[in-house]
Amino acid sequence: MPAYNQSMYLELDKVIETNKGQKGAVMMTLQSAQDIFGHVPKDVQIRIAEGLGVPLSEVYGVATFYSQFALDPRGQYIIGVCLGTACYVKGSKDVLDKVVETLATPVGKTSPDGLFTIKDTRCLGACGLAPVMMINDDVYGRLVPADIPGILNKYRA
Amino acid sequence: MELFRSHVLICGGTGCTSSGSTELLKRFEELLAENGLEKEVKLVHTGCFGLCEAGPVVIVYPEGAFYSRIKAEDVETIVKEHLIKGRIVTSLLHKDSVDSTGAIRALDEIDFYKKQNRVALRNCGVIDPENINEYIAFDGYKALAKCLTELSREEVIDIVKASGLRGRGGAGFSTGMKWQFAYNSVNDQKYVCCNADEGDPGAFMDRSVLEGDPHVVLEAMAIAGYAIGADQGYIYVRAEYPIAVKRLQIAIKQAREAGVLGKDIFGTGFNFDIGLRLGAGAFVCGEETALLASIEGQRGEPRPRPPFPAVKGLFGKPTLLNNVETYANIPQIILKGADWFANMGTERSKGTKVFALGGKINNTGLVEVPMGTTLREIIYEIGGGIPKNKAFKAVQTGGPSGGCLPASMLDTPVDYDNLVAAGSMMGSGGMIVMDEDNCMVDIARFFLDFTVDESCGKCTPCRIGTRRMLEILDRIVEGKGEDGDIEKLESLAASIKASALCALGQTAPNPVLSTLKHFRHEYEAHIYEKRCPAGVCQKLLSYVIDPAKCRGCTMCAKVCPAGAITGSVKQPHVINTEKCLKCGACMDKCKFGAISKK
Repeated sequence: MPAYNQSMYLELDKVIETNKGQKGAVMMTLQSAQDIFGHVPKDVQIRIAEGLGVPLSEVYGVATFYSQFALDPRGQYIIGVCLGTACYVKGSKDVLDKVVETLATPVGKTSPDGLFTIKDTRCLGACGLAPVMMINDDVYGRLVPADIPGILNKYRA
Repeated sequence: MELFRSHVLICGGTGCTSSGSTELLKRFEELLAENGLEKEVKLVHTGCFGLCEAGPVVIVYPEGAFYSRIKAEDVETIVKEHLIKGRIVTSLLHKDSVDSTGAIRALDEIDFYKKQNRVALRNCGVIDPENINEYIAFDGYKALAKCLTELSREEVIDIVKASGLRGRGGAGFSTGMKWQFAYNSVNDQKYVCCNADEGDPGAFMDRSVLEGDPHVVLEAMAIAGYAIGADQGYIYVRAEYPIAVKRLQIAIKQAREAGVLGKDIFGTGFNFDIGLRLGAGAFVCGEETALLASIEGQRGEPRPRPPFPAVKGLFGKPTLLNNVETYANIPQIILKGADWFANMGTERSKGTKVFALGGKINNTGLVEVPMGTTLREIIYEIGGGIPKNKAFKAVQTGGPSGGCLPASMLDTPVDYDNLVAAGSMMGSGGMIVMDEDNCMVDIARFFLDFTVDESCGKCTPCRIGTRRMLEILDRIVEGKGEDGDIEKLESLAASIKASALCALGQTAPNPVLSTLKHFRHEYEAHIYEKRCPAGVCQKLLSYVIDPAKCRGCTMCAKVCPAGAITGSVKQPHVINTEKCLKCGACMDKCKFGAISKK
């Protein structure tokens, strides 16, 4: 779990100062906060609400509405298995099941070692490579479940 | 101007980038430098060529050699053989690009491209999207100049109306009428917005336009700004499209520097600028009022219409909102005239449409064809049919709002009205092909799972109704379907369609209704016979050993975690279906293909 230090909060305060009073400030501030902290925990949301002078309910409402925002800490590697239609009809569900089985971690959660977070993502637009999986910025295409353990091992080194 | 003897075009679309085209570009750069060819051979990192299945794709001109599925180690061969010695590397060419005599076919004679007519995708895969001069060389910003210097605002709107262009985002509303409404609204501030929040799973045409030809969107938005009287535009683009975002940022910067965005464009006194807003991952933000709420930084929830955005939109001001592909048609309509555009297509659907072909099809990729082309032409002639000689079962169009069409409808000419009549819709143009191994109940469940997840929760029919439908479908695929379930689904679907607030909810039942209409027997098999005809629904499968093929090697019995397989050595084994967990481990282990699932 990443430690939040004072400098992160100071950076956030600067963002709040810049965005305060602007149209669409809540979302822009949350996006920056996620870049700073890696996710947007409750304390950060409270800080944003108080800093921007908007109700906490509004900040929480936006943070929970969009799938981009994470409320819990995420792993070092985000695994996104595409569940778009083109990938789904070519067996991406079996790929996702294999990831879940291999890491013994459910979808949406982080593995106990803090290394991987599993997500089922929307169409990545790489349908020519279906089924597709991303680990951070690396794309793996034309997958079969048997490929998974080998790919995951590359990140454990 | 510099002259080059050869041009090497390397696809930089998402599909090819994912399969390693950036590495190819680097390798080409290295090898050209090593061989002192930088002044003779020009490398162009283009947008999407469309034939993603063959990626990464490299085309070498003037020969027009179409190299497909190129690996980094192949680059050296292409440089040494083709670029230095002038010998085309036939073994690396796309198989369909060589005819029986071994001669190279022109790109537009390849089956995949032959029937296509690229209007919106005109520059994709042709120009370098990060260089405004290449766009300008292909008549870029000429349409904007024509509007500002030769046409009145009313004339521009009349041309768009007369072209018959309809919104490419899904609903198919007349683009010209939309512009007229925004023009009619009187206000000191108006906005032009672009919906680049492409959310339909399996549709990636907007992404390709943004990545391959970003300036066309900027030019069209400026034209729209002139026509309706707006000086500010916003593009709402998915954050999940990093290449598109980057190329838009570059394009906006270059357009400002070139003076085609900003103050006093072409010295006419017209001001127009464009800002980018990133979506944060919510499908409902493709709905226009939700999208505008999201640009304002709120939760992306739709609101009732009227008032329509043309009257009261972004920040309460009159707003014109069109989708990427719609905008991509505008500059050419202005330059070539409304009649040119209206001569393509069918009576009520003019022009061309881009489709994203995916799923069980040989040529996955983007195709652009005149409206009215039949599904059969698209799937078999352009798409190359179904892999592995499997039988076609259905094609899904329109994403989560659309439906599945069976083989009997393959000869339907594709346009807005025909697809709606067939129980589906155009949507943004995703076309997912399914074969005999896909279960239609499972597909319906898949889409509903998507809409339940993406429902914003504002209105009850969508929030609760779709969830009840999903629960019924979950039961059916688990073998717990009951008599009356189909009727319950139909009645819920009718209520949701009639009462949901926005298009997401109103169309959410479509995948269920269309599969019920065309594949009712599959639902009945699941419910009454507890059987999945396609062999997909895990809980309904039973594994059997074919005694004729079984050699009694005992591998299956050893691997079975439930001890459900019994038999003596060298004697056919049997699976006890009561104990079987349906994990499939035995089938994976069997070397003789004796185990099958039914």
